[in-house]
Amino acid sequence: MSNKYEPPTQSGLGQVFDSVFLLALVYVALFIPLVLGLTGAGGTDNMPEVVNWETLEQNAVMQAQWEELGYTAETAAELITHRFDYTIDPLMLILTGAVILGYFIFMVKASDKEYRDVIREKFDS
Amino acid sequence: MTAEATNTDAGQERVGLLRVLGPVHVWALGVGIVLVGEFMGWNFSVGKGGAFGALIACWVIGLLYTCVAMIDSEVTSTVAAAGGQYAQAKHIMGPLMAFNVGLYLVMAYTMLEAADALIVGDLLAILAAQSGYESLDPRPFVVLIIALLALLNYRGVFMTLSLNFIITAAAFASILILFIGVKPWQPGAILQHQGLLTELPYGWIGVIASFQFGIWYYLGIEGTCQAAEEVRSPSRSLPLGTMTGIMTLLIAATLTWYVCSGLLPWQYLGQATVPLYDASRMTGSLLLQIFLFVGTMFAATASANGCINDASRAWFSMGRDRYMPQWFGAVHPVYRTPYRSILILIPIAVSFAFTGLLDQVITFSILSGLLGYTFMPINMILFRRKWPLGTIRRGYVHPFHPLPAIVLMALCVTTFFATYLGFGTQLLAMMIFYIVASLWFVLHRYKFVRRADQFTMNWPKPQGY
Repeated sequence: MSNKYEPPTQSGLGQVFDSVFLLALVYVALFIPLVLGLTGAGGTDNMPEVVNWETLEQNAVMQAQWEELGYTAETAAELITHRFDYTIDPLMLILTGAVILGYFIFMVKASDKEYRDVIREKFDS
Repeated sequence: MTAEATNTDAGQERVGLLRVLGPVHVWALGVGIVLVGEFMGWNFSVGKGGAFGALIACWVIGLLYTCVAMIDSEVTSTVAAAGGQYAQAKHIMGPLMAFNVGLYLVMAYTMLEAADALIVGDLLAILAAQSGYESLDPRPFVVLIIALLALLNYRGVFMTLSLNFIITAAAFASILILFIGVKPWQPGAILQHQGLLTELPYGWIGVIASFQFGIWYYLGIEGTCQAAEEVRSPSRSLPLGTMTGIMTLLIAATLTWYVCSGLLPWQYLGQATVPLYDASRMTGSLLLQIFLFVGTMFAATASANGCINDASRAWFSMGRDRYMPQWFGAVHPVYRTPYRSILILIPIAVSFAFTGLLDQVITFSILSGLLGYTFMPINMILFRRKWPLGTIRRGYVHPFHPLPAIVLMALCVTTFFATYLGFGTQLLAMMIFYIVASLWFVLHRYKFVRRADQFTMNWPKPQGY
């Protein structure tokens, strides 16, 4: 008796369902957080009370380049003063690290279990 | 051309992809996808770590890609099956890993395609604004460019990649022309490095944070492996096309950083949508501006074109192996292209391009690529353990094993941390996507997979199994 695994044939409807599931997963996990503004970089602004090229710490060369780009000190102020917030939240960092590590451990373990099926059927049957 | 046919597991003959590509096409496919990274996206690393931070990121991430190239050369030259990293994962780690690697490729290229289309739309809107028409809606152009390129890919890979060669070469030429146009031999005449370069605005943590977008200088060059099934002489064309591609990118990245950091204040450069085009505007030369407009359009178009090609082939391979519904494993009876896989990815690319959020769309692409690079060192260690040197014939043996794998893993972990700095929520969203997809595969999809068909190489049984 052969040990070869014979997979079931998937119906057309089942294939449609699987395709829709994957598309839905892309939209729910990735697209919706994006359009709802839940992702993206957090930042801080240190806008000086008086806005001019000096208070924005722009030298003569920088000032000339900004003006060439079509900016004034007022319109460039937000771009110049915006900074990423690199404050590290230890709990979030540990959580993120654990999720990535857990994902790879699960994948290596589960994949190895499936790989044993493959090798068994390829070489032992 | 003769039809190629291979036996399927069902005992029927299936139509294969046409073997028509040479080294030039491989170069065009690799550089065509990646060159757009010099025209947009790389500069977000300036925003995260300053101009010098971006330069350091460019070099350090260059080391990451050197490790990728070393490891990939050994495994690709040995796993002589179509599908690149996807085929490697099938033979060395197992179906779930292969499913994930296939998905990394699909998502990395589809998000890059979305970013490319977004750039085409934005550039046309910028041009319209400069011409006095402020309210041009870029979205119809996004749909148009994706639809046209999908049609080209639908009709045939040879025409598609021949077109890529021409437009990629033109885009690369526009960078060279800009470099000469800014007279680098006369510092201070046009280029203003002395007045524009500042110290590290965030210190060294900003340098690490900039690694995230440093990936963008090179992301996708490994995609040359995806065309293996359609290359006339893979053993010659793939290494030749890939190596000349990496050299092209190194030159282009260096020139791009030098020109842009000498013309644009770092705070502007760090958030610009089309930095090279902006740099050309600063020269005051209309001719250079036209060259860079055309160059940016061409680079984005070539990249989107290559991305449709690569993403659809990864999806097609998964359909053929039943990791995805089998319906996607079909080849067009006339054009011999994976036409269903091309069509299914269009709505995803269009939707993400419509968001207009370039840095975040790029981050999705980067993260998928980064997960793929994290897989490589694990794969390499297991490859050497399962088939030690001398047990199978290797096309190439990379030196200093396991040092490249360790360095690559360390750099991948650092780049995950870099992404956490500023884009932590997006990193978690991406991980949730892959975790749910993996559970779906294990609990549902795997039952449709034919076990022995996942191992097609004529190798001995792996050690320990």
